[in-house]
Amino acid sequence: MSLNEEKKIEIFTTMKTIRKFEERVEGLYLDGLLPGLVHLYIGQEAVAAGACFAINSDDYIVSTHRGHGHLIAKGGQLDKMFAEIFGKKTGYCRGKGGSMHIADINLGILGANGIVGAGLNIAAGAALSAQLLGSNKVAVCFFGDGATNRGTFHEALNLSSLWNLPAIFVCENNLYGQGTAYSRQTKVDKISDRAAAYNMAGLTVDGNDVFAVYDAVLNAANKARNNKGPTLIECNTYRWKGHFIGDNGMSYRDQEEVDRWKKKCPILKMQKMLLKEGILTERAIEEIDAYVNNKVTQAIEYAKSSPEPDPNEVFENVYTTHNEGCMI
Amino acid sequence: MTQLTYSQAIREALREEMLRDDSVIVMGEDVGVMNGAHGATRGLLDEFSEKRVRDMPISETAIIGTAIGAAMTGMRPVAEIMSMDFITCCMDELVNQAAKMKYMTGGQAKLPLTVRMPFGAGFSAAAQHSQSLEAWFTHTPGLKVVMPSNPHDAKGLLKTSIRDDDPVIFLEHKALYDSIKEDLPAGEHLVPLGKADIKKEGNDVTVIATSMMVHKALIADKKLEIEGISVEVIDLRCLVPIDKDVIINSVKKTGKVIIVEEAVKRSGYSANIAAMIVEEAFDCLDAPVIRIGAANTPAPFNPNLEARYLPDEEDIYQKIKNLST
Repeated sequence: MSLNEEKKIEIFTTMKTIRKFEERVEGLYLDGLLPGLVHLYIGQEAVAAGACFAINSDDYIVSTHRGHGHLIAKGGQLDKMFAEIFGKKTGYCRGKGGSMHIADINLGILGANGIVGAGLNIAAGAALSAQLLGSNKVAVCFFGDGATNRGTFHEALNLSSLWNLPAIFVCENNLYGQGTAYSRQTKVDKISDRAAAYNMAGLTVDGNDVFAVYDAVLNAANKARNNKGPTLIECNTYRWKGHFIGDNGMSYRDQEEVDRWKKKCPILKMQKMLLKEGILTERAIEEIDAYVNNKVTQAIEYAKSSPEPDPNEVFENVYTTHNEGCMI
Repeated sequence: MTQLTYSQAIREALREEMLRDDSVIVMGEDVGVMNGAHGATRGLLDEFSEKRVRDMPISETAIIGTAIGAAMTGMRPVAEIMSMDFITCCMDELVNQAAKMKYMTGGQAKLPLTVRMPFGAGFSAAAQHSQSLEAWFTHTPGLKVVMPSNPHDAKGLLKTSIRDDDPVIFLEHKALYDSIKEDLPAGEHLVPLGKADIKKEGNDVTVIATSMMVHKALIADKKLEIEGISVEVIDLRCLVPIDKDVIINSVKKTGKVIIVEEAVKRSGYSANIAAMIVEEAFDCLDAPVIRIGAANTPAPFNPNLEARYLPDEEDIYQKIKNLST
């Protein structure tokens, strides 16, 4: 399926939204307004947008600690996301999860996750239920290159292939697992080479090319929906920022490398294409920027003006039933 | 009334819940073709097909991880970890994922997941196939922990656990599977979570026990009864949720209490119950709270060593006798 102009603009706007969202998160964090720990997605926007636009709104995604981009691309509400990052009562998780645990179960977003590699089997489980219920849904699992060295990767891919599950494993190879370079923790040249070990289709695409990601995920989804099993898609991309806000990323890589990747910015790449194809004008881009800026600002205002949870809410949502006997 | 073993009771509970609810699936190592390591899933594969009775690779993180994903998206999985000792291979899934998913998502996620785990010592199975690790799970908010001691409770509690919308750790003692037969009521039979069972009323000493230790306590009681010592034996049945009222009321009556568990004594769940009694009913106590558990060592292989390691009816008898005189 080729994307129409409207869809392309929507994808572009989504990538811009992710970028703006993350820039504002960084600013607020550095101003000391956000509690906890935040991992920024800047530089990887094409993966989230390409993958999420290639699946249906009722399909599942499982995200990571670096999850804001995935959630926005899958349709997550910016105001509830910001409220959660602020720890407010109106946040997606009522202030109990924070940046690393945002979920919108109704949108099929089965949660960001604070444990690297933990999402792979959860995604396989969602794919299993889709298969058993005959819902024709697929489960997309996002994870980083670092996760592929965990045993969960092996167990999830083996099982998904064995059971022909409608799962799509989207590895964002951003070249660093925390502060350690890919080449210092992984011997294979390409993560996708590992698919062969599971008799699974595997491919590597330019993760900064949103259309390449989109095509790869769309093909994998079609295959999965036709009972032809899972796919491992490696998306080569780059984390512009440090592992988390506070890590400037400069103790294990140099500025020259960062600058080189910034020249391959996924948003600029798409922008150039859209301008070249005459889908957008400079003026239209300015309007998109203003729209995005306004939307993100409104979400922040909503979060700022939202109430804190009552301290006694700490006791809520631990159990569905038997709260009294379980909380002793 | 039908006579069932513990293993048959588990099987009946699974079968009835699978018939009742299409979203119930059984998954684990050797649960299908092999009928489960202890025969508790016998015949389910033939009746419900590979779709709902899923033999899995030796991949504990995948067993629990996929069960979590399936539970979050409409299924009601019953996963089996063949021996409780193997949970160390999937602790992230149980402790960081299953237990916390509901909380982390502000109540959005529902996790109707039951994890069945055969456990327990007494077979010279040595240090990696004999442990009682229930205390680890009671220390993890978000999980429920159930330990039935007999076929009646095994069936009723498993059915209730499967219908429960929270993750339940369901512990089946390996020595119980085929050792006892009991009459079970025909038809629907449910036992609620969080309700202890007073197996025998008494006035002199309260004994609180779990799983296999309930039977040891009842054997000790037979002897003590002849000697004129009146023991109240409580089968806790559930550790989380816990039936605090039954415990406290009994202690108020007897003033003396012994807590028995098969787990290694150090940091065992009995310590938590002892602390609860001291906090809530200190004034009613006529003697220190006594705890009985396994030695603070790994489970040994040699039968004589293992007998020394495990608490038995004689230990319980002696401790009760000492306490009551």
